[in-house]
Amino acid sequence: MLDIIISIFLILGAGFALVGSIGLLRLPDFYTRLHGPTKATTLGLGALLIASMIYFSSRGEVSLHELLVTLFLFMTAPVSAHLLAKAALHLRIRSEVDLPKDEQSKP
Amino acid sequence: MLANAILIAMALIILALVLNIWRVVIGPDITDRILALDTLYINAIALLVLLGIHMTSAAYFEAALLIAMIGFIGTTALCKYLLRGDIIE
Amino acid sequence: MSIVKRLLPHPIFSLVLLMVWLLLNNTLSAGHILLGSIIALVLPWATAGFWADRLHLHKPGLALRFLLLVLWDITVANIQVAKLILSPRSKLRPAFVHYPLDMDNDFAITVLAATISLTPGTVSIDVSSDHRTLLVHGLDVGDEAALIAEIKSRYEAPIKEIFGC
Repeated sequence: MLDIIISIFLILGAGFALVGSIGLLRLPDFYTRLHGPTKATTLGLGALLIASMIYFSSRGEVSLHELLVTLFLFMTAPVSAHLLAKAALHLRIRSEVDLPKDEQSKP
Repeated sequence: MLANAILIAMALIILALVLNIWRVVIGPDITDRILALDTLYINAIALLVLLGIHMTSAAYFEAALLIAMIGFIGTTALCKYLLRGDIIE
Repeated sequence: MSIVKRLLPHPIFSLVLLMVWLLLNNTLSAGHILLGSIIALVLPWATAGFWADRLHLHKPGLALRFLLLVLWDITVANIQVAKLILSPRSKLRPAFVHYPLDMDNDFAITVLAATISLTPGTVSIDVSSDHRTLLVHGLDVGDEAALIAEIKSRYEAPIKEIFGC
């Protein structure tokens, strides 16, 4: 029974990570590509870590330290997405829609 | 059951890694490459976690945590460099 | 009361530090609880000079409910984004949206920006220099006003209530 739950989490997690990477490859411009990895891949890894947590906990000792990696990633994913988008806007990377003006540009 | 699930998950993650490397190669812009590398390290952590379950060893956890931290710092430093022209102000 | 306050300037931060230490060592042994407690006491005190303005959690219960709501939204959002990624690309309607902010506290804005980045097809890109608007990129925006209204009622209102600003 536990095996089935862990397997579902594993496949689901790996599937989401793959979907994120597919998004990275096939979305049309940089700003849309940003969406795949920041969400899908992070959630995918979260599911994998939950599976790992259940697996190691079911073998005797309670194991919760995977929670730390999950928390760390959920905190850092928005930050790196924000920095990347800011850098792209600063460099005027091509977009499908009109770019807003860049407040960071120095005269 | 579980062994098969781990193998399938590993195959999916490896496919994801290949797609990431493809994006690193084709670019076309520097930010695309950084984004691809960012995704690459997250997928590498996923692979490490799967290996840890496969080998029933908790030793991979430390490696995963370290990659998570160093990867984030790497992405931040690269973006800072693109934004300002230098890293330490 | 004042001694407690001086020893524990950031009680929640101290609690989080202790929990992170115990998780890192994956144990609940007495020795590590002691060591973690020392770290949880010393670190906030040593870094006190670097802290900007303090924000109080006005409603911890609401904060917990908000956290669960965001986690649920992240899951649902990912299924939506997965559908968008796997569907033909002509269905995408990407757009930059200027989102007007109703709060001016840096920390509250950071929490809102992170929430926006983690949920449905939106990434927050930049905050204007006067802290009045947030630049958001949406993956599939049909109606700008609807998106702004949804963020406002679903995320910004609870955050404002939690921090009381």
